[in-house]
Amino acid sequence: MKFFPLLWATLWRKKMRTIFTLLAIVVAFLLFGMLQGVNSAFNRTIDLANVNRLVVISKIALTESLPYSYTQQIEAVPGVSGVSYASWFGGYFQDAKNQIFSFPVDPKRHFDMFPELKIAPDQLEAFERTRSGAVVGASLAKRFGWKIGDHIPLHSEIWTRKADGQSDWTFDIVGIFTDTSDTGQESQLFFQHEYFDEARAFGRGKVGWYTVRISDPGQAAQIGAAIDKLFANSQDETKAQSEKEFQMSFMKQIGDINYIVTRILIAVFVALLFATGSTMMQSVRERIPELAVLKTLGFSDTRVLVLVLGESVLLCVLSAGIGLGLAALIFPGLKDMLGVVHLPTDVVIGGIAAAIGLALVTGLPPALRARSLNIVDALAGR
Amino acid sequence: MTAIVSLQNVTKRYTRGKQTVEVLQRIDLSIAQGDFVALMGPSGSGKTTLLNLIGGLDQPSTGEVVVAGERIDKLSGAKLAKWRARHIGFVFQFYNLMPMLTAQRNVELPLLLTSLSASQRRKNAETALAVVGLGERGKHKPSELSGGQAQRVAIARALVADPTLLVCDEPTGDLDRATADEILHLLQTLNREHGKTIVMVTHDPKAAEYASHQLHLDKGQLVGTTTTA
Repeated sequence: MKFFPLLWATLWRKKMRTIFTLLAIVVAFLLFGMLQGVNSAFNRTIDLANVNRLVVISKIALTESLPYSYTQQIEAVPGVSGVSYASWFGGYFQDAKNQIFSFPVDPKRHFDMFPELKIAPDQLEAFERTRSGAVVGASLAKRFGWKIGDHIPLHSEIWTRKADGQSDWTFDIVGIFTDTSDTGQESQLFFQHEYFDEARAFGRGKVGWYTVRISDPGQAAQIGAAIDKLFANSQDETKAQSEKEFQMSFMKQIGDINYIVTRILIAVFVALLFATGSTMMQSVRERIPELAVLKTLGFSDTRVLVLVLGESVLLCVLSAGIGLGLAALIFPGLKDMLGVVHLPTDVVIGGIAAAIGLALVTGLPPALRARSLNIVDALAGR
Repeated sequence: MTAIVSLQNVTKRYTRGKQTVEVLQRIDLSIAQGDFVALMGPSGSGKTTLLNLIGGLDQPSTGEVVVAGERIDKLSGAKLAKWRARHIGFVFQFYNLMPMLTAQRNVELPLLLTSLSASQRRKNAETALAVVGLGERGKHKPSELSGGQAQRVAIARALVADPTLLVCDEPTGDLDRATADEILHLLQTLNREHGKTIVMVTHDPKAAEYASHQLHLDKGQLVGTTTTA
């Protein structure tokens, strides 16, 4: 700590240069925080997938529907202890930018399948008996100021109504659910499949996918194979997979987030490596006589090396801290999209580790140069 | 009187490309504790090289260098650095202060290598600045000081760790006559009143008059000694 004032003063020797370098690193780590945070949030969704559940989709594509009549047949497969189904509604509220994760479901089956979704029994009962009823997640309700008893319109980008050919649907909010383990789930809206199926203009008798609860996770592969075998060679063949596999394939519909994020960050850090490395080299080159004086005063070669490295670490960690701090401030704004309120701790730790790595890589060449300085030559300007 | 510096048969050669230059030739020298010695000679006579050997900044090609009871020509880089921190205070022609640090922080630099507490380091630095007459200028950066004041700060930095020997390389070379005299008078006071042993390189005969002895070098050899009246 006693060398900190020396390091700090040295860092600000050329103020403008330090500020610009600092800003470059801040922006890089802000980007790192945001992208890695998003990546981490997606991975978290995958990690939270339940091992007791399988998801059955069309073998052709996720977007292809399956017959509703599969429900009983899947239920009859040994090892299956429950079945629910849902479809993608593709709804938004008032404006296309207000996308709502909305799904028609069987109320009882759905909340039985997903016990992590907590809803008051009387609200679930109301959901079951109200044909136009809908239940919304707590964070979604908060986002739009919805409450029980509200009558809300949703516009579907897919489904039109049989009665009028319009895509505008109205629902009565009869309940609000929570999910303390993953607040991201609270951005969903569920409504009655029965009501939806009768009112839609096309696709009747079909559902988007099935969720299947199994008694023994160890038998997941066999049960999945038994379900697929059941519908093999039919018009609507199925593909059963674990909930985790499903989440991963669903994420890949959006794009390989991890791949994209990693490639962007590699590009950013390589650019940063050259920029910071060049700054550090220049900084040390300008200070050769000063470093020689330090050695004259009794600072050993190793101590001078550590001082230069320390300067690099201080610059990078300070900048990374600011960048990650800004990311942490911005991140709660993405709650509705990602369901994660705070920038994940592992992202912060990873960011600081990356900053130290960056500092060591960029600081080592000038530090080695400083270490090998010959005092007499350096003082003589040779 | 005890010799604080003793050089025996010291030679220093530099190789520049294919050419080898013998800068110092078979130097035998002894400087007593408490002495104030001026090394004089024309440019290229080897006086700064000799000073560097005495200060442990460089190693001889042959011969023996004993300073403050230690044979320093045999010391490794790390040990020599530690030895310099303990025994030598350096004063340079161009002050060589850290431009981003205040005078106080500059003077504290050698103390960072000691186990003194922060408050003790601050106190010692204040004392050293007071000794050189700059007690009120501790918060000023080198760019806010005159040449004479900057050199006083450099002397305070050289003194602060209470070294055995002060090594000064043309300490007045960048100063006007009046300021140079002030600095030389300060060095003389440090020698006479505080008992500091001083070895100073200078080409200025007036500066050399402040020393007790003048050693004359020419073409790498000691050619004479003068005792100041």
